[in-house]
Amino acid sequence: MTIMISHIFLQHYWWIIIALLASLLVLLMFVQGGQSMIFSLPKNNLQKTMIVNAMGRKWEFTFTTLVTFGGAFFASFPLFYSASFGGAYWVWIAILFSFIIQAIAYEYRSKPANVLGQKTFDVFLFINGSLGPFLIGTAVATFFTGSQFSLNEMNQVKWATPWHGLEALLNGRNLALGLTVLFLARTNSLLYIINSVDDKELVESSSRKLAMNSIAFLIFFLFFVITLLVSKGFAYDQATGKVSMEKYKYLHNLIQMPLVLILFLAGVVDILYGIGITIFKGSRKGIWYTGTGTVLTVLALLLIAGFNGTSFYPSTFDLNSSLTIDKASSSLFTLKTMMYVSFIVPFVIGYIWYAWKSINNKRITEEEMKTEEHVY
Amino acid sequence: MFENVDLTLVDWSRAQFALTAIYHWLFVPLTLGLSFIVAIMETIYFKSGSEEWKRMTRFWMTLFGINFAIGVATGIILEFEFGTNWSNYSWFVGDIFGAPLAIEGILAFFLESTFVAVMFFGWNKVSKKFHLVSTWLVAVGANLSALWILVANAWMQNPVGMVFNPETARNEMVSFWQVLFNEVAVSKFLHTISSGFLLASMFVLGISAYYLLRKREYFLAKRSILIAGIFGLLSSLLVAYTGDTSARVLSKVQPVKFAAFEALYDGKQDAGLVAIGILKGSDRKIGEKEVNDFAFRIEIPGFLSVMTGGDRNTFVPGINDLVNGNASQGIMSVSDKIVRGKKVRDLLSDYKAARAGNDRQKADGISGMFRDKKFIDDYFRYFGYAFFGKPEDVVPNVKVSFYSFHLMVMLGFYFILVFVLALIFLYRGTLHKNRWFLWVSLCSILLPYVAGEIGWVLAEIGRQPWIIQNLMPVSAAVSQISSGSVITTFILFAVLFTVLLIAEISIMIRQIKLGPKH
Repeated sequence: MTIMISHIFLQHYWWIIIALLASLLVLLMFVQGGQSMIFSLPKNNLQKTMIVNAMGRKWEFTFTTLVTFGGAFFASFPLFYSASFGGAYWVWIAILFSFIIQAIAYEYRSKPANVLGQKTFDVFLFINGSLGPFLIGTAVATFFTGSQFSLNEMNQVKWATPWHGLEALLNGRNLALGLTVLFLARTNSLLYIINSVDDKELVESSSRKLAMNSIAFLIFFLFFVITLLVSKGFAYDQATGKVSMEKYKYLHNLIQMPLVLILFLAGVVDILYGIGITIFKGSRKGIWYTGTGTVLTVLALLLIAGFNGTSFYPSTFDLNSSLTIDKASSSLFTLKTMMYVSFIVPFVIGYIWYAWKSINNKRITEEEMKTEEHVY
Repeated sequence: MFENVDLTLVDWSRAQFALTAIYHWLFVPLTLGLSFIVAIMETIYFKSGSEEWKRMTRFWMTLFGINFAIGVATGIILEFEFGTNWSNYSWFVGDIFGAPLAIEGILAFFLESTFVAVMFFGWNKVSKKFHLVSTWLVAVGANLSALWILVANAWMQNPVGMVFNPETARNEMVSFWQVLFNEVAVSKFLHTISSGFLLASMFVLGISAYYLLRKREYFLAKRSILIAGIFGLLSSLLVAYTGDTSARVLSKVQPVKFAAFEALYDGKQDAGLVAIGILKGSDRKIGEKEVNDFAFRIEIPGFLSVMTGGDRNTFVPGINDLVNGNASQGIMSVSDKIVRGKKVRDLLSDYKAARAGNDRQKADGISGMFRDKKFIDDYFRYFGYAFFGKPEDVVPNVKVSFYSFHLMVMLGFYFILVFVLALIFLYRGTLHKNRWFLWVSLCSILLPYVAGEIGWVLAEIGRQPWIIQNLMPVSAAVSQISSGSVITTFILFAVLFTVLLIAEISIMIRQIKLGPKH
């Protein structure tokens, strides 16, 4: 029996995969969140070493998820890849720059003869930790607020401003999502430290910082979500191929896709529950809830960005240049081939889980930092 | 239809990609090879339980880690530069080119990054067996990632397994297996990873020689030389073999590039292979491009014909034949190809006009032509030639191609000699007495880096002006951003990568001087 798989099905399937990768990336940016507090959270050098090692043993996962996210986006929606990366040049270059300096900072910071000195590498970690999540959040916000570009008949992109992406920083809603992602990363990071580091003083100071970061996250998150739901959105009519502005488009998407609404609400509740049990009950398992909540919430937000006749990468300069999942996607053959490849993902997640558990089976301690041969 | 292109922008975009690729390739080969050498050493530790072997494994693993981090750092930018600097290219081929990059992430990068954490931090946390398996998986993951990016690169050199879709104005994949088993991909992958094994072997040999010169770490040095010697010799033989295979494939799919390797302007039967040569200018020209002549050369008679076609009667086309055509050999001139390419471009314009005017019948008719094999073979395969004004535009830089190729080949033979001598001296127990050889080994560490980099210079300069052979020139592929932006990012990357390289070398040298922990 031959199963007919339609192009539309695969476009939706791949948008879900992209959204899932993006949501995992946001979760894994707890590494960046920790880096952004490298100068403010620890009380002494040993605590700093513990934080750096707690984050440093996971930085590769965040990095790899970012690279895979890029590769998967390229393979499934190449028009987004060419339009956004080729157009919003400076935003993406700034993001990449911050990740380049992260990759070497862990390995080199405590090595003798590292030329730049430990402080410089710690500054690298701080820059990546602060700028990385903020800029990624800001860039993703343009999925809802739009960018200024047009496509010609050969689908070649032309950016309408000389700022090539930096203009996104002038939009309050973009900034709000950038700051949401940054404070969510910091919140998740504090919860991860509470869960995986065995140092009473550090756990206590992390708990204290958690309240402030959670409140900041909630303020920016609520601002972004409320303005998103009451604003106009970019509706796509598949019959005519035209994009138009629709009032309450994203609110309509949530209502018209109840499963996505449930995911969204469950995600938000999970995040709040994880924060709540940590602050009010002193639980060390908050990260499990906020982590799950982060994935569900980001997944739901990206699904309303791309599904239900919505342009996921809109152009405010030329509405009909806006990208939709059917206009921007790869061919049926490529998406189908890639779908077979994606079947291996559960196996990948399985071995990551197993390896992660093996490394995290003991909490990080002062003693380990003093005796372990490979310490960042 | 296609935007006018600022050539300064093209040059700087190329320079930026070349810069990042060159820096990235300073670190990748060592990762590819050292991962296997470390895995072999850990296997011996696992079998023997010897603490000396564990110490040795951990020492080389430390150097691996220092190199690995900067390899990752320089790698991320390459993937995204396809989008940031080559956005027209990204759309034109994204349907094919993106898939290997995604598979690379899913299959290879996660394998590598997951188990590299176990490799570094798992010594006291997981069983010896699990740790060993992790180390091997890092090696497999690293080399798998090379496979997929090289498949993507090989497709640019020899585009196969796709058709052009005028509706979307891009190439679309129709056979994944043709893309994966593209003959260029197979030879390129084997040649590239074996060159990485070779480089890592020379690295281990050279550092071990340093310890012997310093009269310290005898156990580590001699055992490391044994492993590096065997691994290096096998790798260098594989490099030579796959280099030969690659050249044969190139002579078929990129004949102009192949002719430039040999600075062969006038094709002939019984063509000789230049073993050593020096080029000089001449009065002759192809269009406006100067033809190079030989000031001096030593040639192996008939060998080029034998290499490309199996016998001395094989005609090997020269650059003149390929540019101006050679009717007796059935070689079409570039002028004719330009005419055919322009016909395809006009047809594409007609298609767009028909679509805009809702002339469905005409649009469908043209669309069908792009799937017709005869049209593809006779016309579409020359699509990229429509971008050129002069036939000689398709000729790459002959001097750079020629010298890169010959220097790389000479170094290849040199490496075989070094590994053979290392094994002979080790077998006779005279390594420490032959201090000259220890110095040669130490000084040779840099040479595989030179060979690897010029190999890429050869591959990428040699295929100019194409970004996708015969289909898209680099000038049509570039993102429409200001050249000032690219110049700025070029300078930023150049400064950052150079600073990081200096830090990496400094840390590496200090770790080598410190030696393994006792």
